[in-house]
Amino acid sequence: MTDTSTPAPIPAAPGATPGAASQPLVDVRGLRVTFTGGRRPVQAVDGVDLRLDRGEVVALIGESGSGKSVTLRSLLRLHPPRRTTISGQVVVAGQDVLALSPSALADYRGRVASMIFQEPLLALDPVYTVGAQIVEAIRRHEPVSAAQASQRALELFERVRIPSPQRRLQAYPHEMSGGMRQRAMIALALACRPQLLLADEPTTALDATVQIQILLLLRELQRDLGLGVIFVTHDIGAAVEVADRIAVMYAGRIVEEGSVRVLLREPRHPYTLALLKSRAHGAAQPGARLETIGGAPPDLSALPPGCAFAERCGWATEACQATRPEPVVIAPGHQARCLRTEATAAAASHGSDAPPA
Amino acid sequence: MNARSQALLQVSGLVKHFPLKKSAFGRGGGVVRAVDGVDFSVSAGETLGIVGESGCGKSTTARLLMHLITPDRGEVVFDGAGVGGRDLSLRDYRRQVQMVFQDSYASLNPRLTIEDSIAFGPQVHGLARGEAVQRARDLLARVGLEPRRFAERYPHELSGGQRQRVNIARALALQPRVVILDEAVSALDKSVEAQVLNLLQDLKDAFGLTYLFISHDLNVVRHMSDRVMVMYLGQVVEIGAAQGLFESPRHPYTRALLSSIPSMDPDRRTEEPPLAGDPPNPIDPPSGCRFHTRCARAEPMCAQREPARPQVFPIASGGGPGVAQPWGRSQVACLMYEPGSGHSAAPAATSPDPVRVEHP
Repeated sequence: MTDTSTPAPIPAAPGATPGAASQPLVDVRGLRVTFTGGRRPVQAVDGVDLRLDRGEVVALIGESGSGKSVTLRSLLRLHPPRRTTISGQVVVAGQDVLALSPSALADYRGRVASMIFQEPLLALDPVYTVGAQIVEAIRRHEPVSAAQASQRALELFERVRIPSPQRRLQAYPHEMSGGMRQRAMIALALACRPQLLLADEPTTALDATVQIQILLLLRELQRDLGLGVIFVTHDIGAAVEVADRIAVMYAGRIVEEGSVRVLLREPRHPYTLALLKSRAHGAAQPGARLETIGGAPPDLSALPPGCAFAERCGWATEACQATRPEPVVIAPGHQARCLRTEATAAAASHGSDAPPA
Repeated sequence: MNARSQALLQVSGLVKHFPLKKSAFGRGGGVVRAVDGVDFSVSAGETLGIVGESGCGKSTTARLLMHLITPDRGEVVFDGAGVGGRDLSLRDYRRQVQMVFQDSYASLNPRLTIEDSIAFGPQVHGLARGEAVQRARDLLARVGLEPRRFAERYPHELSGGQRQRVNIARALALQPRVVILDEAVSALDKSVEAQVLNLLQDLKDAFGLTYLFISHDLNVVRHMSDRVMVMYLGQVVEIGAAQGLFESPRHPYTRALLSSIPSMDPDRRTEEPPLAGDPPNPIDPPSGCRFHTRCARAEPMCAQREPARPQVFPIASGGGPGVAQPWGRSQVACLMYEPGSGHSAAPAATSPDPVRVEHP
């Protein structure tokens, strides 16, 4: 059904440090997000640095509670201000997001950066037709007539390949199937021609057959519109389908970052290694025991002073417990926050990757 | 385990239609054909995986098996006795067949400690309280939750993975022979999922259990199952040994489903979605073969003629994992494989060996 059958050009692993001349689309430095609503403050994001070039796709992967969605939402400042403390720097397309006034923030959302969510039924308004919601979004940002906005909405629906688009524009969200709703939400997110698309687990609630359709659609739109995309997922498989780079998060930090190829083939952080191995996919033998990560992620309201993964890590030494690892550059564009990258490299090259007990 | 000449669980002609309410304007009033003629058998000690898109009827099948909802038609035979009949009361049957659900929190009583939750079932079935509690504590240890630390806790004090371990322990408290796992690991993070999958394998070996493993995650099903059943819109389209089915799927739907799995290789990304659109509505399923509206190999006759349902294999060897040859051909409901069906790829009607159609 795709009319553009050329394979997706995968840019040659863009480095973590882009050329000095080009300013990155997204530049996050030292982002820390603390939720103060509960009994104890929860450090959900603990010093994240992330850069994204124009037209680049980065996948943030990690387990629940790793801070990937919180990081993403910070880019739109979606956290309730009274219960959240955000520090650090978030610059998107030259705008300092954390310093925007309320009206400037409203202009920024949807126009510069927009977001698609896991559950479109919750993200779309149930009492308006999908078409009306797209028209409203366009007219909020641009001085166009209702008729022009409707025409744009129709083009968007054609763009995201919703069958019989004219009729679907008149539909309410509950009248659409799951995959169709997700397409409608993508159309809504693209209504004001943003430069940055933030996707928060957009395919997690979908069946495999529909998931792959949405992933391919996102890839195609990203390529045709030159979008920068940050794609949050817990599914490495989905990340591999769309991303140029992958950043792995654990306990509020990016623990490893690199191009998709490098991260899959030469992971260096023990957590990435363990994550790749615990998947049932491609396990040596069906029914064989899966490698697991013992223990549980740390309590975010009482993070350890050293490496947050040390307690579950087979390679951890005393130094790991005491000092917080800084990013170690392994190759251009590939870095890991780990003190023992030499040990993990040796283990990986030997093929026997079980850490010393 | 003594050898049996028959399947432990034999399901034939299972049907469940849910009537729709008529709206105030007299519209609606159709039926959802959630499960529409399903036959299969499970032999002792094997794991049967059930896969399919949402709405294909896999969870309804599980609930019908547990008699949580009553089937409209069809028969469930457990260990030679008809369920709910004179030989096997529902109560006795449910003691032997237990279920673990996806939502670990909703399936536990929030007002009971986990120890009481686990001990509840055995007490209903006549075990003294002291013995039931002792069994609960043994099981907690079995599923990796230190009884002294966890027995007195309430469900909200546990993580999702721990709660699912409690649910598994509770399912085992009645010492069942069959456990139905309905998306039991789907809500868990990958690293926790791996722990629970390992636990399930250990428990299966230790207690000689038989599993029905329902999941939308094809990788997990492949990992866990001896045989796999693929469902589409309330019917079985393919059933066979897991290895054979995953290595060389035969039904066009199974092929599309399997090629929807992300490749995990950045140099060989998927370029074309194997299937377009969402699954059709089970309220008004397509005529003939239900898959013909999305099938790449569909021919005009597929809209008219319904393919024959896969036959239930009599289990040849009996006992133990029921699959004699892991490479055995799977059974499909597809006109392409039906002799004389009129499909251009179908073998001739007189062909002595009906299942020799190679993939294009």
